[in-house]
Amino acid sequence: MAAAERAGMTGTMASHYAEEFARAEGGLVGADSGWFKAARRRALTHFGRIGFPTPKEEEWKYTSVAPIESRSFRLAGHPRNGLDVAELDRLRLIEAHELVFVNGYYSAQLSRLASLPAAVSVAPLSEALPDSLQEHMERQAEQPGNGFAALNAALLSDGVHIRVGSGVTLKTTLHLLFISTAPDGPTASFPRVFIEAGANSRVLIIEHYAGLTPEEYFTDALTEINVGPGATVEHYKWQMEGARGYHIGQMLVHQQRESRVTSYSVSLGAALARDDIAVSLAGEGAGASLNGLYMAKGRQHVDHHTSIDHQQPHTTSAEYYKGVLAGHARGVFDGKVVVREGAQKADAELTNKNLLLSEHAEMDTKPELQIYADDVKCSHGATVGQLDEDALFYLRSRGIEYSQATALLTYAFADDVVARIAIEPMRHAIERHLTAYLPRAALDMELL
Amino acid sequence: MLTISNLHVCIDGKPILRGIDLEVGPGEVHAIMGPNGSGKSTLAHVLAGRDAYEVTQGTVVYDGADLLAMPPEDRARRGIFLAFQYPVEIPGVNNAYFLKAALNAGRRYRGLTEFDAVEFLSLVREKMKLVHLDEALLKRSVNEGFSGGEKKRNEVFQMAVLEPRLAILDETDSGLDIDALKIVAEGVNRLRGGDRSIIVVTHYQRLLNHVLPDAVHVLSEGRIIRSGQRDLALELEERGYDWLRPNALA
Repeated sequence: MAAAERAGMTGTMASHYAEEFARAEGGLVGADSGWFKAARRRALTHFGRIGFPTPKEEEWKYTSVAPIESRSFRLAGHPRNGLDVAELDRLRLIEAHELVFVNGYYSAQLSRLASLPAAVSVAPLSEALPDSLQEHMERQAEQPGNGFAALNAALLSDGVHIRVGSGVTLKTTLHLLFISTAPDGPTASFPRVFIEAGANSRVLIIEHYAGLTPEEYFTDALTEINVGPGATVEHYKWQMEGARGYHIGQMLVHQQRESRVTSYSVSLGAALARDDIAVSLAGEGAGASLNGLYMAKGRQHVDHHTSIDHQQPHTTSAEYYKGVLAGHARGVFDGKVVVREGAQKADAELTNKNLLLSEHAEMDTKPELQIYADDVKCSHGATVGQLDEDALFYLRSRGIEYSQATALLTYAFADDVVARIAIEPMRHAIERHLTAYLPRAALDMELL
Repeated sequence: MLTISNLHVCIDGKPILRGIDLEVGPGEVHAIMGPNGSGKSTLAHVLAGRDAYEVTQGTVVYDGADLLAMPPEDRARRGIFLAFQYPVEIPGVNNAYFLKAALNAGRRYRGLTEFDAVEFLSLVREKMKLVHLDEALLKRSVNEGFSGGEKKRNEVFQMAVLEPRLAILDETDSGLDIDALKIVAEGVNRLRGGDRSIIVVTHYQRLLNHVLPDAVHVLSEGRIIRSGQRDLALELEERGYDWLRPNALA
């Protein structure tokens, strides 16, 4: 596509979203807040300038967002039209504080927020706009080169602000459920999650994206987590968008000294999914563990980008991502670890392993270490491979059918990541998903 | 039971087996001996259905059916079992799960009811004793972290559970100390009997001190150059293989 034509297209799309903005502005979250309104407008202008990323940008080399760009997604007018509540109920977790968002909008009626400890606040943005949000909004809205963050800021449909006070352990899981139903044609939602974990607090959060529609739609999500000194945050992202859904998600994590973050990012759904995680280890002794599992088949495209910035001494990071690609699926993994000059005694480990189940599946993986300190321990490794022929023959030589042998070995490949997932319904959903890759495999789960 | 006629096999275009003829009757134990590189393991793997090998000529008839036309899993379900020289480690696949799936695949194929967890466990407990295997190995991944001896005993244990009609032991004696060898031999002997046929592929004759063969064949450069009785194995033990080679005979 010629540059001029592209620019023209970006212009068209920017004006499409500018029209959406003009149409919806009065009803958007924070419409009566001066600073919020101004921040939205600046973000929209910024988006108009930079538009969507193109494959010419290194960060988007293997992932074209042209399918998102070429469609005119609209904000849902009547978000809860046609929602099947029984289907929604199947996605609920038994013991959790549950916040339900439908097509980008919070629903108090569908949410189940039991009483919370006094020092914990969980507030949908449509109900409250805390002051601390202002700095956060302004920080994200005008990031260079990130059109999706700008668009999220401009059209932010709803979201949640979670604050866990110092020293508090929130025992019950926080389940944020983002449902898409595309109620009136191709819709877009722009959810925002903002988490502040106070010093020495503990919290477990699940961001769960689920598509309950065969129609096209677009989710542009942005999450920011600020982790106070000594705090522990466990974050699960469970992406099960619909087969024609587009998902762009970004998570920014800022960690203070001696804090711990464990992240699990599981991508199973969507026609095109992109997940970015950026972690700043900004305090001495902070540690992050990022785990990921992605599975794609048919013509799915799944892209995970992670970036970990060791800014201080004694910071640690351990990253373990695995992918299974079948059919004509395409996968991308880009893991960057930077150890800055002063970050002595940093320890970083990065692993990405991929299994291709079809000769038509493709994977691009790029682990990258940039080390500017001299006393550090860093390692990285990436593999792309097929099922082990010897193992396959061994299983078949005992009477196990080819498809079942394939299923067993695929399970075995994913097993070490799956086993780490402590949320049982999530783990079971992944196991079911694994069998769905292998249509004829009659897997008996009993002994697995 | 098994009739191999004029079998020629290549790997990557290189001929490995060059016209094998062998007849194994029901209940017979045949030993196939030969120096390294003679094609013994290739023959064992071809019978089990390994597809990296290209059969260029010849036929193999098993129970009246064309064995070479069957995928490996069908051969196994019809009663062929290969005890591997190098059992494969499969991390993440539970040993018990694997064996139960294998057992029930065979039972389904033969029109028998499948074993449930209780029946399966009582069967495997009994069979594990046969080869002195620790029950804890059932909970581990297939062969992962097993010692060399445990791997070989695990092969004989699987054989005992699956009760094949034709067992092919590929160098099952290699790498075993004398005690382990006796355990393996005893396991094999317990399975001997009735219609069950066994092909023992081995470099040395020491396993044949414990598992007495009905016939011994010497394989060299892809051909059977001599067939005889048990005393042939003893003679090989004493004199090595060289005296049998065509150039040595000339």
